[in-house]
Order: sequence, then C-alpha cells, then structure tokens
Amino acid sequence: MDEVKRMVTEYVTREYLEEGDDRVIKEDTPLITGGIVDSFSMVSLKRFLEKKYNIQIPDADATPQAFDSINNIADLVTRFTKGRV
Amino acid sequence: MAYSKETREWYENEISGIREAGLFKEERYIHSPQAAGIAVEFPVGAAPKQVINLCSNNYLGLSSHPDVVKAAHEGLDYRGYGMSSVRFICGTQDIHRQLENKLTEFLGTEDTLLFPSCMDANAGVFEAVLTEKDVMIADRLVHASIVDGMRLCKAMQDTYKHSDMAHLEEKLQEHQDKRVRMVITDGVFSMDGDLVKLDQIVALAEKYNAMVFVDESHASGFIGKTGRGTHEHCGVVGKIDIITTTLGKALGGASGGCVSGRKELVEMCRQRARPFLFSNTVAPVIVSGALKVMDLISQTTARRDKLEQNTICWRKLLTEAGFDIKEGESPIVPVMLYNARLAQDIARDLFAEGIYVVGFFFPVVPKGQARIRTQMSAAHETHHLDKAIAAFIKVGKKHDILGKGKKEIIAMYGQ
Repeated sequence: MDEVKRMVTEYVTREYLEEGDDRVIKEDTPLITGGIVDSFSMVSLKRFLEKKYNIQIPDADATPQAFDSINNIADLVTRFTKGRV
Repeated sequence: MAYSKETREWYENEISGIREAGLFKEERYIHSPQAAGIAVEFPVGAAPKQVINLCSNNYLGLSSHPDVVKAAHEGLDYRGYGMSSVRFICGTQDIHRQLENKLTEFLGTEDTLLFPSCMDANAGVFEAVLTEKDVMIADRLVHASIVDGMRLCKAMQDTYKHSDMAHLEEKLQEHQDKRVRMVITDGVFSMDGDLVKLDQIVALAEKYNAMVFVDESHASGFIGKTGRGTHEHCGVVGKIDIITTTLGKALGGASGGCVSGRKELVEMCRQRARPFLFSNTVAPVIVSGALKVMDLISQTTARRDKLEQNTICWRKLLTEAGFDIKEGESPIVPVMLYNARLAQDIARDLFAEGIYVVGFFFPVVPKGQARIRTQMSAAHETHHLDKAIAAFIKVGKKHDILGKGKKEIIAMYGQ
C-alpha cells in the first residue's frame, strides 16, 4: 500500500505540477477538487495505473472522487489488485 | 405533471449553489453596435452608460465596419435571409463556396469547410477524422470546445503540460504504437494570451510522425506579419494539418467557424462531422459580410498593424503604472489579481469609471489565478487608452495594488 502511494505521488508530481510549482502532494491533498488534476487530464493517470498495476479500471469506477487524493487512488488500486499475487 | 415541485426545487437549489460559489454569470445589455465605445445597461434597469470596451474579441474593429455592414445588406438583398436547410440538402450557395475558397487562400491550406461556429467545428472534427486506433495529445489549456470535441471522439485522449515541449515529446514517444498521433493546441491561449510554440511542435510532429491541429480563433486576422495566424508568425505555413478558426472574433464578429487543412481531412468533415451535417447552413447575410472582411484584410495590413501598436502601447502603460500583467505579444493582456473577490471588485470599480472589463476566476482560470482580461482592438484610439489607463491607475491606487507582485497581492487579499 505504501509502495503504491509512493509511486502514485511521484507520478502525480511529475505529470501534473508545472515547473516552479512548489506545492507538496500529501496523501490527503485534494487533487481534482484542489485543481491539481482536472477531469480532462485524469485520463493519463488512469492509464498509468492500469499499465503499472496491470489492472482494468471500468469508467464507472474512475470517478473524480476515486481520483481525488493519493489515499483514494491507493484504495482503488488495492481494490482491483486484491487477491492477485 | 412531469415538472414537479420537487424538480423545480432541485433546479432552484442548483442555481443557488452557483450563486453561492460566486460563479453566477449575468449578461449586460448593450444598447449600441459593438465598438470601442458602447452603451451598457448595468445593472438591469439602469440607464445605459457609455463605456470604453476592453473585453470584446473585436480585434480588428470590423464588427460594425460600414463596408462589412453594407456587404451584409447586399447579401440579404440578393441571397435572402435564411436557407432553411443543412448544407448538403439545399443549403449551399455560391457564396458559401466563395468564402471557403477565400479562407483556404488566406490560411494557406488545401481546403476549408464552414461550420455554424468554431465550437461546432471543434466538436465535430476529431470524431470525423480519428478512430479508436489513434491518439489525441492536447495542451492542457486548450479551449473548452476542443475538450468537448475530444470527448466525443473514440481515439485515446492524452494531454501535455501547457506549452511544455519536453512533456509533449515524452507523450509522442509513449504513443508510437498508435495509427495516428494528433497534437492539439490553441494558437493563442485565450486566458493567458500567450502564443503556441508552433515551430517546435511541427518539428516534433515531423520527428514522431504526428499530425498537428491548431485552433486559431484568437489569432486569425492579426497574428503574423499579414495576419494569417500563428503558423505565419512561427514560419510553418503549409505544415499544419488542421486549422479551426472562427468568424466570430476578428473576422467580422458575427458567427460561423471553419475547419481548414488537408483536403482529405476536410472532406472527411464534409462527410462525417455531425455538427456540420445536422445543423443549418451559415446564413447568407453572414457569409456576405465575411467575404467583405476577407477582402479588407487581404488588401492591407493596416488594421492588424494598428492593433499591434495598440497592444504594445497598452502593455507599456499597464507595466509603467505598476500592474502585474502576463507578458506576451497578443492583444489579450491579463491583469493578474490572484483573488476572485478582488478581480470582481476592480471590474465593478472600473465600470463606475467608464471602463468595461470582466473578472475571471476559477474554474474559468486555475485556482489562485484570478485576473481581469483586457483585450485590445484596432478600433481603440489613443484617447480610449489614455482614459482607460487613468481609470486603471485610480482603481489600482484605491485597492493598493500598484507596484505589487503576486506574493504581495496574495498577502493582502488571499488567494
């Protein structure tokens, strides 16, 4: 779980923060409602998770709420990888 | 009754929520033609007030130009008021094709297709030319109409950081397995007024075998030495695969837009773009006016030259007065205020001083990036700019923001 959070935090920081943006992404930082990731750009985050963890996240589960923080994203990933070794 | 009391209450609550969030948009009624000086009724019921307009897209001052108005009258007389048809049934007149040919020549492309608006052009173009085997890679600050058009298309969506060429290159590398890669950008970004790095995008597109799409709505008619657009400014005329643009801003300001570019792509739009296929033809009166606009801007660069001079002058006046503006070359000059309430207060105070501007804040611009977007026009004369800067200085002093940068303004007013 911590490893998932670390990977996702690293990706979000690299993918979404502009150069010179010194905001720190914490586990509960609001990503969508906080204006860091917009719904238009959320697609690349979904694709990153699917590729990285070899999962398929149905559109119905890829809600703005599910992507709104590192904690929520880690929960989502855990839910879809559960039971797999 | 289907529209029950509960249904009504639900909508009332939604509208209240919009008001409470400070996002409620109100129209101001204008009692005059579009121009540098207009008569505005605000608030509703007030006597119309004569103000200087610093917020229209009337970049070349052609919206009420007598020659354009005359040509529109002639179009009305000789080709009628409406066509009562979509283009492909019985809605295409000789003048539609004439205008499309003139736009093709002006933009330096292969073919052009008119749409009822550029919103419609952007809504229809991607679905018409791309499939699920393709990928669209868009700048994160593209116009909302492009976002909507991409959502209607089955191709994979991706984005790159605003004007970040290294990030775009990463994305192009990542998507080499796709049939078509299309880089999608605005020519001039409407909120910041900055220009696309189109020469660099074209170079990357050539390196990674990608198509290039540019929305030139805030560029056509005035960016580049002869006003062709950002492709002229960046020296890549003929290398852009799809250009969309509008007749609703510099090019007369009425309505209508187009897709212009590679002839096969334009043909795909003619065959498949749903906003083209299923909405009415552009009215003859607008086509006739736009034909005159194309004549005027093809004959002389005087208007775009004057706009350029006004832009240089206005940027200098604001900077010297101590306002924090977004640097750039375009006639879109954002005055940065960072706080939504401050932006609204300053817009209100400027209106009281006879200057019409509008505050922009989240979600129209990113959080903490509230501003007043000023826009220059070739219709502005020196006396308009003199009066406008005097009002800006007076209001800037009132709110104590002159000479202050981002950190100081945020320290005073919050973000």
